[in-house]
Amino acid sequence: MDLEEHEEDGAAEYVLHLYITGATPNSTRAVQNIKGICEQYLKGRYELLIIDIYQQPALAKQDQIVAAPTLVKKMPLPTRRLIGDLSEKDKVLLALGLSAPFGTTSPHD
Amino acid sequence: MQDLMTSSASLGPQLPKTPTGIDGLDEITEGGLPKGRPTLVCGSAGCGKTLMGVEFLVRGIQQYNEPGVLMAFEETADELAANVTSLGFDLQTLQGQGQLRIDHVHVDRSEIEETGEYDLEGLFIRLGYAIDSIGAKRVVLDTIEALFSGFPNQAVLRSEIRRLFRWLKDKGVTTIITAERGEGSLTRQGLEEYVSDCVILLDNRVIEQITTRRLRIVKYRGSTHGTNEYPYLITEDGISVLPVTSLKLAHEVSDEIVSSGVPALDAMFGRHGFYKGSSVLITGTAGTAKTTLAASFAHAVCSTGKRCAFFAFEESPQQLVRNMRSVGLDLAPFIEQGLLHVEASRPTLNGLEKHLVTLHRLVKEFKPDAVVIDPISNLITVGNISEVRSMLTRLIDFLKISNITALFTSLISGRNIQQEMTEEGVSSLVDTWISVRDLEGVGERNRGVSILKARGMAHSNQVREFVVTNQGVQLLDVVIGPTGIVTGASRLTQQMQEQAQALASQQELERKDREIERKRRVLEATIANLRTEFESVEEELRQINHEELVRQQKLADTRRQIAGTASAE
Repeated sequence: MDLEEHEEDGAAEYVLHLYITGATPNSTRAVQNIKGICEQYLKGRYELLIIDIYQQPALAKQDQIVAAPTLVKKMPLPTRRLIGDLSEKDKVLLALGLSAPFGTTSPHD
Repeated sequence: MQDLMTSSASLGPQLPKTPTGIDGLDEITEGGLPKGRPTLVCGSAGCGKTLMGVEFLVRGIQQYNEPGVLMAFEETADELAANVTSLGFDLQTLQGQGQLRIDHVHVDRSEIEETGEYDLEGLFIRLGYAIDSIGAKRVVLDTIEALFSGFPNQAVLRSEIRRLFRWLKDKGVTTIITAERGEGSLTRQGLEEYVSDCVILLDNRVIEQITTRRLRIVKYRGSTHGTNEYPYLITEDGISVLPVTSLKLAHEVSDEIVSSGVPALDAMFGRHGFYKGSSVLITGTAGTAKTTLAASFAHAVCSTGKRCAFFAFEESPQQLVRNMRSVGLDLAPFIEQGLLHVEASRPTLNGLEKHLVTLHRLVKEFKPDAVVIDPISNLITVGNISEVRSMLTRLIDFLKISNITALFTSLISGRNIQQEMTEEGVSSLVDTWISVRDLEGVGERNRGVSILKARGMAHSNQVREFVVTNQGVQLLDVVIGPTGIVTGASRLTQQMQEQAQALASQQELERKDREIERKRRVLEATIANLRTEFESVEEELRQINHEELVRQQKLADTRRQIAGTASAE
């Protein structure tokens, strides 16, 4: 079940992979949270891939997934792994390099 | 092991077990690890936990056709494969054949950010996927504790690990979980509280600069098991838990006899030799020809076309051959024919267990009919007395079970000649005990041999003197002097005296014979004389008689004539 959201053609600035486990509460919340964050801070600059590892277990091994849900920030480097339902927004923003102190609010705002 | 398996099968409701295929471990666990349940293997660094896990999987594939999954938290698949290549495990090929899956779980704390609630479902999925893709029956989690450094939320981790073990049980896979030894507890993270079925503790101890690895089964729910600490080794063939042969005294015995190699020594035994498969101990002080006796035995074994393994802890093979040639025992041809194998090493080269393994390996490969160890007393340098004793017990049992005649030599302390206890205390284990010793007399040392015991056989009670000649060991006839058995020069003196005595009595005898002859002749002469005398008397009497007769005749005639004339008148 690949759920891709392309806002732009070509290489996106942010490449995010979210690994979820079906429709468990944690996974559902994680999907909602990341979508909200992306729309708010990265509109038009990101590529989000949501992968259900129940359906594609091979990918879990390939991407070294242990915890679920896990959000992997593939681009920009360095790679970061955010585990949990992404409800702690400050931590998510900090890990994604989007935190307020650096003033990187969305240019569309 | 086969017996254990069948007996457990026949008893029915016993706990089903999965044989590990690891040397000796199945004997201790009486059949293997609990089937379909997790087993915790814990130990400090360098104990061979990972190796045990890998071997469990590889043996499972090779011997029991049970595919396996290895989930490695510390090493990558390539590293693991490289590490065990030296042990002959080809993980890559097994993976290629779809019998093994290795999943390296990489957890890097610095990359991870907790952002809310989570679980370890990813791990479950990966494991489940690996198991299902090859139909695995065996799983190894090496070392799951690595997760604790990756995930800060202990509460989640613990509940997830508990769930994981539950899940593995439900899956029905036999699992080994390895864990580091912790301070004051079996594992650092207290994993033992989650794994309650079977816990195996590996230990690595250095005592007097010699490392011994030991294995102990801490618990095994629902099954009996060996409770001792068992030494184990990591050999070229993997782990070898050593060697559990002495659990029962139930070996077959043989009625066959093997020669000691010294005919006169054989004659001291009621059945002219040792029983095949028995163990023989030769004890003696330094320089009492223990090695020569041992070599004689080896020579005798090889002469009958049987194989003999000779463990020399004091001499190199060449030295042994040269030295024995000087006493008329040529071992070189047997070595060339492959009948004799001399394994020479310093005892300190290895720990005790390693020696035992070498011996086991040699016995397995060489299949000897007899084993000579010269001397066992040297082993004391690499272990304490109780260790040496336990090793020798196992060794003797092993050889007995294999029906191999074993001959050990042992040096006993010269301080006390009467000391009839070997330091190793193995004297009660052996069947036949021969003592060689110095009989020190006036200005010389002589060697004496006696049999202290020979189970199941009548034997001589004499102390026999023996000499090592260039024709081998020869026992001398017993010479008893006024003060008991005499040896050496006294023996020669005694023999000369006896010879002189014998000569004297011989001469006396001859003299007496001559005397009798003379007497007989005299008697015969006398008899002849008497007979002649008698004959002459007889003759005379007969003459007198005759004359008397004639005279009477004449008288009668005269009377008749007178009467005739008177009537005519």
